[in-house]
Amino acid sequence: MFLEIGNGRYPSLSTLPIHAIIPNMTTLPAIQTENLGRIYRIRGSKKEAARELVALRDVNLTVQPGELFGLLGPNGAGKTTLIKILTTLLSPSNGRALIAGLDVTQQPGQVRQLINMVSGGETSGYGLLTVRENLWMFAQFYGIPSAEANRRIRELLEIVGLSERINTKSSDLSTGLRQKMNIVRGFLTDPDILFLDEPTLGLDVGASRDVRQFIRRWMDEQPTRTLLLTTHYMVEADELCDRVAIINQGRVLACDTPANLKRNLQRDAIFRLEVSPPDEATVAALATLSGMRHFVRRDEEGTAVLEMILHEEAALAQVINTLTQSDIRILNLQKREPTLEDVFVDLVGHSMAEAEHENNPAV
Amino acid sequence: MNQNRTIYWRSFRMAAWLGWQIESNWTDPFLFAVYSFVKPLSGAAILVVMYSVITNGAFGSPVFPYIYLGNAFYQYVGAVMTGVSWAVIDDREHYKTLKYMYVAPISIPIYLLGRGVSRFITGSMSVIITILAGMWFLHVDIDVTAVHWPLFFLSLFIGVVMLAMMGLLLAGVTLLMARHVGFMGEAVAGALYLFSGAIFPLDVLPAWLRPIGYAMPLTYWLELLRRALIGSVADAFPTLSGYSSGQLLAILTALTLLFSAAGILVFRWCDYHAREQGMIDATTNY
Repeated sequence: MFLEIGNGRYPSLSTLPIHAIIPNMTTLPAIQTENLGRIYRIRGSKKEAARELVALRDVNLTVQPGELFGLLGPNGAGKTTLIKILTTLLSPSNGRALIAGLDVTQQPGQVRQLINMVSGGETSGYGLLTVRENLWMFAQFYGIPSAEANRRIRELLEIVGLSERINTKSSDLSTGLRQKMNIVRGFLTDPDILFLDEPTLGLDVGASRDVRQFIRRWMDEQPTRTLLLTTHYMVEADELCDRVAIINQGRVLACDTPANLKRNLQRDAIFRLEVSPPDEATVAALATLSGMRHFVRRDEEGTAVLEMILHEEAALAQVINTLTQSDIRILNLQKREPTLEDVFVDLVGHSMAEAEHENNPAV
Repeated sequence: MNQNRTIYWRSFRMAAWLGWQIESNWTDPFLFAVYSFVKPLSGAAILVVMYSVITNGAFGSPVFPYIYLGNAFYQYVGAVMTGVSWAVIDDREHYKTLKYMYVAPISIPIYLLGRGVSRFITGSMSVIITILAGMWFLHVDIDVTAVHWPLFFLSLFIGVVMLAMMGLLLAGVTLLMARHVGFMGEAVAGALYLFSGAIFPLDVLPAWLRPIGYAMPLTYWLELLRRALIGSVADAFPTLSGYSSGQLLAILTALTLLFSAAGILVFRWCDYHAREQGMIDATTNY
């Protein structure tokens, strides 16, 4: 059986055997956190006193088996910290995390039988080994018979467009191809619960699209598979995830389906204005208009983009008045449907990019 | 129990395979063979030249084979002990795969011990080359028919296990350190060189330093290897001459068990705290 992905036709993965699922796995939540928190103690130099950085605060999440769950938030929001705890790499400071009912700190060995993880944006792997050897070795660590591992490797490399490089040393691969190899490493073991931390970070548009299609297909093939994906790309979360938790500064601010999250904003009027660069006084005046609910300014080449969530459409008149009084030219005006970015702005008060700067002031 | 055994075996087997791939594939086979010969011979040559200058070429003295064999077998310390602990740095800093090993259903201590196998093999090649060079060119008189082979292989085996477990202890400490940790294995091997009777008997040390040497299993291990190969060398120095080979073997075994227990406990403690501190995937971006 073949499936169409992008411009290619690929063999189906439906023949892959699935790991034995532990009893009650389908009735227990795949992932559950209870008041989960993590504090890092950071010391700049030996003379400085350690300061505390709260990476996660009282996170309560439940992900059911079969869900493709997204964690959406800017860099520094706590997404990777949460994945590290769930994959047994990091101990929580408070609360607890369960994978299929198993405590990640008390039963890490059993948890690891059920999971796998891929981090995006990195070039991990043994450069001296070929693509096949790297993947085969990890398959062996998971106890997959050699012949079966080789079959899966060939199939998965075909799907991600890396089959011609199967015998290339991984040090000779580009960053993007190496990342694809790592993505294959995650799926190769066919885990019951897969954690993908920013899987498309650093990939080009086409490769990102292929990866997203593959993720969706992998989930659709087997209803008990669970996937937790972190991203700061709105489109990725919107397109892929059954449910999304929006996270910022270690707190989960909202958790629902993308459609439900956006539905709350549908009664609001959302406009995008492209204007000549406004002065600070005009920006301040716009931000304090009575009909303005949220306002984000973004500078582009020679122009400025104003993203606005208004209480009602009538408030647009106030906006246009303010702009014309300040001799600001309106180049483009567009009313649009709410996006997850608008949901984030509505929850946090500013855009994801601004939140990212706030979380990582040195960046 | 069976599942644990399977996990231990596949962790060890694949780690040994990976270690060998890394150890042997960094260059082409010819250069690797040349390097394997030149490295141990250069190390031995430095010692031989120094000995020759200081003693006016007294190669007939029992001191020479004492030093030569001690130095030859000490290569295992650097190879096995730092081989096990270096895997943490290699995987965490260089290949950035340590976190994926931790997420996989394997036993990390067994994996690290497996990574030391390739260093044991290359270390053994170095030791054999050094001893053969000593026998053929420097009059290190080893009578192959008079060697106490059972004692030699038993001592060698116990000693390699002891070094691997000391490597595990170091690996644990390495997990908790991010910066400049690469020097630690060499520093420990260098320090133990002084206190193990590798190139001089413990009697040469000040009396207050000798207990360190007596507490080190390496001291008894090197003595046993020398005795097994050339009995007369051991008799030339009084330090451990009061002990029979059986007594030395018992002390070595007891100290190996002690250090193995310490290695396991320290690794567990460090592993727990590495998770607490978020050190499993911490890189220094060197």
